[in-house]
Amino acid sequence: MLEVTKLSVAYGGIQAVRNVSFRVEQGEMVALIGANGAGKTSTLKALARLLTAASGSVRYCGQEISALEPHRLVSQGIALVPEGRGVFPRMSIVENLLMGAYSRFDKPAIVADTEHVFSLFPRLKERAQQLAGTLSGGEQQMLAIGRALMSRPKLLLLDEPSMGLAPLMVQRIFEVIRKVADEGMTVLLVEQNAKLALEVSQRGYVMESGEITLTDEAEKLLANPKVRAAYLGE
Amino acid sequence: MDIFIQQIINGLVLGSIYALVALGYTMVYGIMGLINFAHGEVVMIGAMVALFVIKALPGLPAIVLVPLALVCAAIVCMTIGFAIERIAYRPLRRAPKLAPLITAIGVSIILQNLAMLIWGRNYHAFPPILPSGEHDVFGATITSLQIVIIVVAGLMMGGLTLLIRRTRLGRAMRATSENPPIAQLMGVNINQIISATFVIGSALAAVAGLMVSANYSIAHYYMGFMLGLKAFTAAVLGGIGNLAGAMLGGLLLGVIESLGAGYIGDLTGGFLGSHYQDIFAFFVLIGVLIFRPSGLIGERVAERA
Repeated sequence: MLEVTKLSVAYGGIQAVRNVSFRVEQGEMVALIGANGAGKTSTLKALARLLTAASGSVRYCGQEISALEPHRLVSQGIALVPEGRGVFPRMSIVENLLMGAYSRFDKPAIVADTEHVFSLFPRLKERAQQLAGTLSGGEQQMLAIGRALMSRPKLLLLDEPSMGLAPLMVQRIFEVIRKVADEGMTVLLVEQNAKLALEVSQRGYVMESGEITLTDEAEKLLANPKVRAAYLGE
Repeated sequence: MDIFIQQIINGLVLGSIYALVALGYTMVYGIMGLINFAHGEVVMIGAMVALFVIKALPGLPAIVLVPLALVCAAIVCMTIGFAIERIAYRPLRRAPKLAPLITAIGVSIILQNLAMLIWGRNYHAFPPILPSGEHDVFGATITSLQIVIIVVAGLMMGGLTLLIRRTRLGRAMRATSENPPIAQLMGVNINQIISATFVIGSALAAVAGLMVSANYSIAHYYMGFMLGLKAFTAAVLGGIGNLAGAMLGGLLLGVIESLGAGYIGDLTGGFLGSHYQDIFAFFVLIGVLIFRPSGLIGERVAERA
């Protein structure tokens, strides 16, 4: 479904991502793990066209999308939950969700999907009219995921969904991510928390200093002594 | 006492006009962080177009002619607003903030001179086609024109508030003003939203232009400069980027200026006359910048990451 070939990203002379290639198949959940600064977020941002890639190709459903205008990605079925959530703080929860459905015009289905998001995250329903800026970090993460789902994506890109959250909240958010994936969503998950990410994914890629250094099935990566030493704190 | 009420009424009329113009400043600032100093000139062009449409069709009754003039002025202003953004500001989207600011001043000068070439340097009298009824309120008078100005300005502000708060376009505008890259991820075409912002602001400017020239019975190519500065002051007073702030700031500035002009003679023992009314706007601007730079109702919700 998604095939990235030799992608490079540079910030003013510094190469954050070097010749990175990976793929995500339909219905699969793939983890991209690595330490802080390894280039995971830059890779994802380049996919979502928040950054311009220096070189490389990104094919999605057989079509080259690396030159597509950023606002057209969502109607192609790609949704990103950005690092740091990126909710609209001065808009209510409902309005944030409606922004997620901005590219759609099927009003009854949008209403139904809002209810679906509320059923995934009951906490959001209780606070539906509250401004997103007043929510806790975990609630904002729920909202960011719910908002991404509102576009009915085929491919969901998640950037560090566990960052800065309490363990209990992380657990609840990952339950929902797992549930969404089980319902058939294709997911690319970028995480610093390697254990968590590999436990919910089928395959994983390990990124180090801007390059992919290792790839395998998630279970095997979890058992790999190098991964265990570097990322699982053993 | 009746002077006080009279000046309040005059202030509210003037303030409604300031508010309409201030909305144009504040919307553009809210979306792209730019002070569009050419906005006052758009108001002037609105006034000029409306005035000359009215002059060109002398036979028609006011009830047809004024709306027609307004529509013509709005179309011209919206086109100019759209063009300014496309030609002058869009190429500078990624440039340092100072570049578009200087460009805005340049655009302002160009528009002024264009207007001077087209309509000349003279003052143009507004044709006396408007109803001249006067009504008594608590010992002061309010003209029919003043009532129309306040009512129409109120309707425009109400309409804009609904547009921003309740519609898909309004949500996209707010999302863009809060976080452009994320809005883009949601499928918002930022360029379209910015264009829409300029077009809407310019339509309000056209209405304000007709109002101000009808209110003072006069229009000239230089009128946009001071009006623009005052409306900018009103936007800063309310909290720039904030719609309700622009409306409140506009009304407040109008009233402050009117009261100031009404009493300045008494306060200075006749040393300064009411033609010094312009200084109040700038006292207000300096005061706000020193004591409350975020304006009366700027930034209320704390952002939590």
